[in-house]
Amino acid sequence: MSEPLVKVRNLKIGATVYPPGEKPHDIEIVHGVDFDLQPGKVLGLIGESGAGKSTIGLASMAYGRGGVKITGGEVWINGRDVLKSKLRDVRRLRGAEVTYVSQSAAASFNPAKKIMEQVIEAAVEQGKFSKKDAEARARTLFAKLGLPDPDNIGERYPHQVSGGQLQRCMTALALCPEPDLVVFDEPTTALDVTTQIEVLMAIKEAIRDTGVAALYITHDLAVVAQVSDDIMVLRHGNTVEYGSVDQIINNPQEDYTKALVSVRSIHHEEKAPTSEPVLSVRNITARYKGTNFDVLHNVNVDLHPGQTLAVVGESGSGKSTLARVITGLLPPRDGEIEFAGRKLSADLAGRSQEDLRELQMIYQMADVAMNPRQTVGTIIGRPLEFYFGMRGAEKRKRILELLDEIELGESFIDRYPAELSGGQKQRVCIARALAAKPKMIICDEVTSALDPLVADGILKLLLELQKIENVAYLFITHDLATVRAISDNIAVMYQGKVQRYGGKTEVLSPPFDDYTDLLLSSVPEMRLGWLEEVIANRKMESAGN
Amino acid sequence: MHPVVKLVSQRLALGLLLLFAASALIFLGTLILPGDVAQSILGQSATPEALANLREELGLNRPALVRYFDWLFSALQGDLGIALTNGQDIAESIGKRLGNTLFLAFWAAVISVPLAIFLGLLAVRYRDRWPDKLISAVTLASISIPEFLIGYLLIYFVAVQMGLFSSVAMINDSMSLFEKLNAIALPVAVLTLVVLAHMMRMTRAAILNVMQSAYIETAELKGLSTFHVIARHAFPNAIAPIVNVVMLNLAYLVVGVVVIEVVFVYPGMGQYLVDHVSKRDVPVVQACGLIFAAVYILLNMIADIVAILSNPRLRHPK
Repeated sequence: MSEPLVKVRNLKIGATVYPPGEKPHDIEIVHGVDFDLQPGKVLGLIGESGAGKSTIGLASMAYGRGGVKITGGEVWINGRDVLKSKLRDVRRLRGAEVTYVSQSAAASFNPAKKIMEQVIEAAVEQGKFSKKDAEARARTLFAKLGLPDPDNIGERYPHQVSGGQLQRCMTALALCPEPDLVVFDEPTTALDVTTQIEVLMAIKEAIRDTGVAALYITHDLAVVAQVSDDIMVLRHGNTVEYGSVDQIINNPQEDYTKALVSVRSIHHEEKAPTSEPVLSVRNITARYKGTNFDVLHNVNVDLHPGQTLAVVGESGSGKSTLARVITGLLPPRDGEIEFAGRKLSADLAGRSQEDLRELQMIYQMADVAMNPRQTVGTIIGRPLEFYFGMRGAEKRKRILELLDEIELGESFIDRYPAELSGGQKQRVCIARALAAKPKMIICDEVTSALDPLVADGILKLLLELQKIENVAYLFITHDLATVRAISDNIAVMYQGKVQRYGGKTEVLSPPFDDYTDLLLSSVPEMRLGWLEEVIANRKMESAGN
Repeated sequence: MHPVVKLVSQRLALGLLLLFAASALIFLGTLILPGDVAQSILGQSATPEALANLREELGLNRPALVRYFDWLFSALQGDLGIALTNGQDIAESIGKRLGNTLFLAFWAAVISVPLAIFLGLLAVRYRDRWPDKLISAVTLASISIPEFLIGYLLIYFVAVQMGLFSSVAMINDSMSLFEKLNAIALPVAVLTLVVLAHMMRMTRAAILNVMQSAYIETAELKGLSTFHVIARHAFPNAIAPIVNVVMLNLAYLVVGVVVIEVVFVYPGMGQYLVDHVSKRDVPVVQACGLIFAAVYILLNMIADIVAILSNPRLRHPK
């Protein structure tokens, strides 16, 4: 075997943390990781958030984000230990030999500069190509990555192209200087499933055609299985398992890897519609102020007590707008909403306290949905005071009951949100919603920001609570695996219209309409060769939002 | 219509509306002062008959609204009236004074604005290291010392001790540009020291704010030098807040330099205004107020328009 392009030995990375109420101190976040990468090969780094995978990826460019410091070990690239190189030599490596594709291309492109200028900048500044040659190469790459109008797209500004297109431009940016190694850091995580698969295919082909080596970082094992040669499973900064993609997927050795491979273990039997629906959305048409097109067209759905209606679709399909209409934040142009047997005022201001209490919400970003300066007890206690006038011992008793229901102990009552993990924060938000004793909760992408195993726990909890409290969920998500796990009814939305609506089994069984087929087939499956298969069988393109 | 055209014309219209409102406030302000022009011309010992006659003559008996629009339309045509104290045409006296004020402000701006932005960039480049701390300390000190004190210190050390430049900044039309610049060197230096800190600190803060963005990390991972990252990637996105504070300081240079004009005996607007306030020369005060308001509104409107133009989302809509 030839000398590897990348040779990482006993890599240790530390960071300074500032925990609330404690003195800042240093912790180690990566505890000695080793791997080799041959030229032209792809190594997948996989793990939950906090596993250290992005940190390792950036360390291969001798870069530490924020307070992150590389504390020990060796990173050899092209026969040089970059950790011992001078800053000037490291700069010559960055953007020339090693390049980086980040999770959010939308944030990683400078909004004030044209795409072309940014794509060729590294290649030109590092003296790899002349401006003219770099531009020609960029146009070739745009075409290879399947971007529309590759000759002119570089003249646009980042906000003038869609998220999926920008992610491909970012890949072009990384490939433009003809690097030896590209670090892909969750390049498709922020995209819709239908867009993800196109970008994934584009990346895979670009890697194959240019012969570049890659580190592919993601939390999604099914995605990494499609592009990698080898996979390294990381947890808490340690290597759990390291082997070929075939071995990891088909023959995992460690329990943690097995859990990742078999995640989504929830089986939920669809319930038949019971009595009168708790929520009836009738002929809702809505548009945002100052725009001249409808975001929702004549939407009709029902939600029955104690059941879950999943609203699914890609971004821009109108699913969050539907939630805004139901909560009264966006009065519709037409149609009405019936809730618990009465007609709801279209406008939030016209709703009674009872309306507000019985209709609660849980959000995607639990950490911004809580006041960071309030304790868990105050956060959960607020609706108890506001809706039921509870005080003192009575309130405390109820808070403890709720904490018990969300499987957090009494000790959490005095903690602040910053001291909680992502999953725990979301549990507190669930408790706050339940405190109001609602008839219905709108869950807006509540598991999208969580790691798969943690998300699983949240979904199980929600199902558990539904049984106890007989609360109905309107569950907004783009993730079909989540939909399968918890819904009773499903509404598939596409461009503001309900494309398909009915019981779970009915909606998820053929014959499908083209859009539902596209959506279902785009969910990555954990087997080799899935990507090529599904691309070959596609009937329509995504809306490209 | 292109959104930029729409937004810019909105700003222009708003600016005009604001100027109109300011003129009304100025007129109202002089209206509620005790006494009137006739009273101040004739003094305390005037007989009621004499006052009534003069009021008739000056048209002061007409309703306030009529007088306001009369004043406003004359002002729009460049006629600001006659000064009570010396009977001179106000527009003519102000014209010369305003020219002097703008001359001083212009040169102070030419030196201080680029210097402040450069120092701000430098402070970001060497953030939390000694150059940053030195720049911060010096500019903070210069803004904390009262400007007249800096003025006198400069006069004492530079003009008196070292014999450089003139301690009196008198200028007139017969001087060449070089002579004029030589005369105003010290006041320009003082003004630069006074406005530098504010603009430099805002530049530093605005750029540091942008430096948190993901696209700065992208630029760093391209292997670009730190100064290149700051100047080419961070600065273009920090223009709006910087221009805002620059314009506020330019406005100060035009309307707020009374103290400096007095210290250096410079024949500018500030001194002219103060003279006539103390003499209760109402038409002059009104005229100066109107011009100052116009300068303030104009500069802030420019800041707004630059901010709009610097936003690529507005300049290049989807």
